[in-house]
Amino acid sequence: MAPKICALCQNAKAILKRPKTGQQICKDCFFYVFETEVHNTINEAKLFSRGDRVAIGASGGKDSTVLAYVLKTLNERYDYGLNLFLLSIDEGITGYRDDSLETVKRNQQQYSMPLKILSYDELYGWTMDRIVSQIGKKNNCTFCGVFRRQALDRGAALLNVDHIVTGHNADDIAETVLMNIMRGDIARLGRCTSIVTQGEDTIKRSKPFKYAYEKEIVMYAYFKKLDYFSTECIYSPDAYRGHARTFLKDLEAARPSAIIDIIHSGEAFEIREEIRANQKAQQTCTRCGYMSSNDLCKACTLLEGLERGMAASGITDRARKKLDAEGPAPDNIRTIPFFQPPSGHPLVAVETTA
Amino acid sequence: MSFRIMWSNQTFPPTLIMSSITLRVEFGGGLELLFSNIKQHKLTLPSIVPSNNGTKLNGEVLSGGETKPADVEYLMHHLRDNLLQERPELFMEDNTVRPGILVLINDTDWELEGEGEYALKDNDEVVFISTLHGG
Ligand code: SF4
Ligand SMILES: [Zn+2]
Ligand SMILES: [Zn+2]
Repeated sequence: MAPKICALCQNAKAILKRPKTGQQICKDCFFYVFETEVHNTINEAKLFSRGDRVAIGASGGKDSTVLAYVLKTLNERYDYGLNLFLLSIDEGITGYRDDSLETVKRNQQQYSMPLKILSYDELYGWTMDRIVSQIGKKNNCTFCGVFRRQALDRGAALLNVDHIVTGHNADDIAETVLMNIMRGDIARLGRCTSIVTQGEDTIKRSKPFKYAYEKEIVMYAYFKKLDYFSTECIYSPDAYRGHARTFLKDLEAARPSAIIDIIHSGEAFEIREEIRANQKAQQTCTRCGYMSSNDLCKACTLLEGLERGMAASGITDRARKKLDAEGPAPDNIRTIPFFQPPSGHPLVAVETTA
Repeated sequence: MSFRIMWSNQTFPPTLIMSSITLRVEFGGGLELLFSNIKQHKLTLPSIVPSNNGTKLNGEVLSGGETKPADVEYLMHHLRDNLLQERPELFMEDNTVRPGILVLINDTDWELEGEGEYALKDNDEVVFISTLHGG
């Protein structure tokens, strides 16, 4: 088969067929268009201002590794004037997170970015290994997700950053849209496609890879020979997400634009006023000071259940009632250190439904 | 004579080399976990293979049944039947790679090279990368 010529420069040999456009392009043009599209996404959504301190949520996986590399490149090329940091959460999963953190530590050297690692153990007094040994491999991702969310915010507060960026890509967002549709979770459906979220969080979060296809991220890492870690968590899978992902990949194989189409469908869902009114106003957790829509934040609720040996109380209403019936939380249980938001940010963020 | 995977650079007697091609195969993105956690493999395939991708080669099949030049589709069957250690459904589905696995032939997206129908040449390098693992 004769080599195909790049559709952009009409010169070099094409090495990639772009899933978004079907264009066949060469390696240099691929690097250029990939980086430029991320730059355009950043510009159009006005993600950054000069002087911002930005933490990259870094797992050592492909997405966050490519994100760190591309943001460093763009920050230099276009003189964004950002201070970039790597922020990693150590869930305490032996054989998985300990290895991937080694990758992040190498990235710290390779990209010369300061790195902060915050562990569940130091924050909550529980590693995921210990949580799973108590609750088993069901609902472990619920604990992990709630704990990670808060840990990222607290890590960001420690770094005194204005903004957390995460490596969520177009495939991830399309998958989340599908899952929210299947669950009928309209409130989340509206939120999950927005590129910036600053709702329940104190710290702004954004997804500069919102329109970047996973295929291109992996190809970019491959051709740039970036050092990333790719092992599945030993406590995965979240079976439901796994099915959504398989379904999405099948759709993509049949029609590559499916991913962007699904994101657009998600964006087209408007949350009607009366539904919005039912969403609870934000307050702060009475126990730890973190953002919450109840007296206790989700992390404190889950932690109390673990500490009292009734982990299900954070999951089901019935178990919660049983826990409440046993009386108030004893004074000697482990709690989360009180949350200090970074200076210059209001303690209570205004709920913006984008 | 059945063809074996060559783990070293040792060569077969000259009479057998004639009809075989040597390939480099690499797994990445977590896919190597299905292949004894070894990323790089060097292997030899017959240059003519059964059209039905049957990998239990013997002289009879080759002389009797229909044949074709070894292509990437055959390579996938060979890898699945000979090298893969667990969960074949995570590697192949319906005669091709499972959606979400990227394939590069000599560092070019296989979608530009005819995908499974690409006829392999001696010293070709084929890379399989899973995009499904880890964020
Ligand atoms: S798969 Fe579940 S337990 Fe493992 S890191 Fe992800 S959320 Fe945590
Ligand atoms: Zn080009
Ligand atoms: Zn709390």
